[in-house]
Amino acid sequence: MIDLYRETAIFLQQLVNGITIGATYGLIAIGYTMVYGIIGMINFAHGEIYMIGAFVAVMTYVVMGMLGVQSVPLALLAMLGVGMVVTAAYGWTVERIAYRPLRRSFRLAPLISAIGMSIALQNYVQITQGARVKPLPPVLPGGIHFLEETGFGVKITWLQIFIWTVTVALMIVFTWVVARTALGRQQRACEQDQLMAALVGVNVDRIISLTFVMGAVLAAVAGLIVTLQYGVVDFHIGFLAGVKAFTAAVLGGIGSLPGAMLGGLLIGLIETFWAAYFSGAYKDVATFGILVLVLLFRPTGLLGRPETEKV
Amino acid sequence: MDKSSVLITATALFVLMMAKPGQADITIAVVGPMTGPTAAFGEQMRRGAEAAVRDINKAGGVLGQRIKLEIGDDACDARQAVAVANQMVNKRVALIAGHFCSGSSIPASDVYHEEGLLQISPGSTNPQLTDRGYNTVFRTCGRDDQQGKVAGNYLVAHFKDKKIAIVHDQQAYSKGLADETKKALNAAGVTEILYETLTPGEKDYSALVTKLKTVGTEMVFYGGYPHEAGLIVRQMRDQGMKTVLMGGDALVAQEFWQITGPAGEGTLMTFSPDPRKIPGNAELVARFHKEGYDPEAYTFYTYGTIQTWKQAVEKVASTDVKAVVGALRQHTFDTVLGPIRFDAKGDITESAYVVYKWSNGTYDYVQP
Repeated sequence: MIDLYRETAIFLQQLVNGITIGATYGLIAIGYTMVYGIIGMINFAHGEIYMIGAFVAVMTYVVMGMLGVQSVPLALLAMLGVGMVVTAAYGWTVERIAYRPLRRSFRLAPLISAIGMSIALQNYVQITQGARVKPLPPVLPGGIHFLEETGFGVKITWLQIFIWTVTVALMIVFTWVVARTALGRQQRACEQDQLMAALVGVNVDRIISLTFVMGAVLAAVAGLIVTLQYGVVDFHIGFLAGVKAFTAAVLGGIGSLPGAMLGGLLIGLIETFWAAYFSGAYKDVATFGILVLVLLFRPTGLLGRPETEKV
Repeated sequence: MDKSSVLITATALFVLMMAKPGQADITIAVVGPMTGPTAAFGEQMRRGAEAAVRDINKAGGVLGQRIKLEIGDDACDARQAVAVANQMVNKRVALIAGHFCSGSSIPASDVYHEEGLLQISPGSTNPQLTDRGYNTVFRTCGRDDQQGKVAGNYLVAHFKDKKIAIVHDQQAYSKGLADETKKALNAAGVTEILYETLTPGEKDYSALVTKLKTVGTEMVFYGGYPHEAGLIVRQMRDQGMKTVLMGGDALVAQEFWQITGPAGEGTLMTFSPDPRKIPGNAELVARFHKEGYDPEAYTFYTYGTIQTWKQAVEKVASTDVKAVVGALRQHTFDTVLGPIRFDAKGDITESAYVVYKWSNGTYDYVQP
């Protein structure tokens, strides 16, 4: 007989696993989706921006250690703060040197430029930081247990709770920025019609730059989270994460902010549950199979709006 | 063509010829994962090879010629391995000390064999490497059927009544080792409770860990590299599991402990007896330490590989591959790994695997 309590506990544990990994996919996916929404381009270098965020987190941690900082919250805050600022600078620079000069050229040019930027950033980190993995000791150990009486204790680490809190908070802040502030209004204006927005006094270049900065900040947070959670960083983590996050953005409906988060969560959950109840070897096949199915029935993704032809 | 351009061309040609490293040099290559997730092993190989070449050149070279070392990077990727193999063919290197990952060594050996180049791997343990009858392929490490047997027997002796799970990352080395261990376990009447695979290069294995916990795993045998092994151990501890992980020779790198931290305490692995402990190597070990480098694992294996080749070359007074291959099969060589002798397949005749345990950031033999 199946022990239903125990099965529930196992299910809950896998849910915890899936939400955690989905949160990081979602945070990265927002960067893809925001940039696509405004300039209709896939920023392939975004995965690398996330990787740089993770490296900056490790470096900040090491520096904090050298300065003799013992307090964990202070160290976390510093990692978050420094990571956001440095990574934002990278995001801004990438846009400035690789995309803005190509704004008026044919559609494929910025795409190729993005791929080039991605390779350049990866090699740059490999050369300056070395090819080996950079470890980070566990910063926030421990967690809470429950359902021990089922014979299968569900464990949620403090770190996972931290990750969920930060993700939800950032989602709220960013949705608010886009929906309620002057900056968000200008972003939406650029998304609808750049020329018209410029005519009514919106500085389109500035808004696009800021969009890249916002995406980079979220990627920095994702980088920090991954570093804390898994404890290792290397120069090629950006590629796989970038592909997954991009998939998440497409699944959720590219251009849609809640869609990116939803897509990220879904991919995290599909991966986890497939590995849990079927074979780990086929989990990527399952993920992309589901993506294909969704796109067959909803070509614009789960929450994407169909693009209407302007007459 | 007027006179001055002829002169310039001639000068240029002359300069080019002069710039070419003196014709008398012998070029050999060390090829391994210098970048990528297993780069730690590439570094071990490079360090070992550089030290060997330096020492040999200091002692007068081989057959009165100096050795020049080429370094090739296959990133443990089969396609890149074949590309590097072709580069080495173009350079006509006298020896390839490499590769490291079996999944790279095996496809590369097809290229070397076809082109008649000599390959001696210091680290590829998959049986297939020497089982295909290529007479130009050797290795100075053991084989996974030997290693798997030692691991399997150890598990039977110490964890017979525990629930053992087997996990590997689907690469040639990893699957080979996991399957050989499984064979040894099953032969002794022990059946694993779970046999799973994972995708290497990812960060999150928590779904797998929960699955291990679900079936009540008390011991994990892992076929694969330190990156993933470290993450699994760390994530097992995160989920409150105290399960011990046992791995193969690929866990012999500080990198493993860097990822796990204290969570790696008690991790078991199989590897050949530590060459650092051979008394005759004390001076060499000290020299490495002086450079701020601990000559772990495959450092000495690569050093010993080049030594073996050098002695074989001297036996026949030629770097001709056919002659050297003959000498390699005939003689016993005195190396930092102890005496080395090859059998007809190109495997070493005496290969002993022992069980090590990680503790406090270092590893040592398990006390029986």
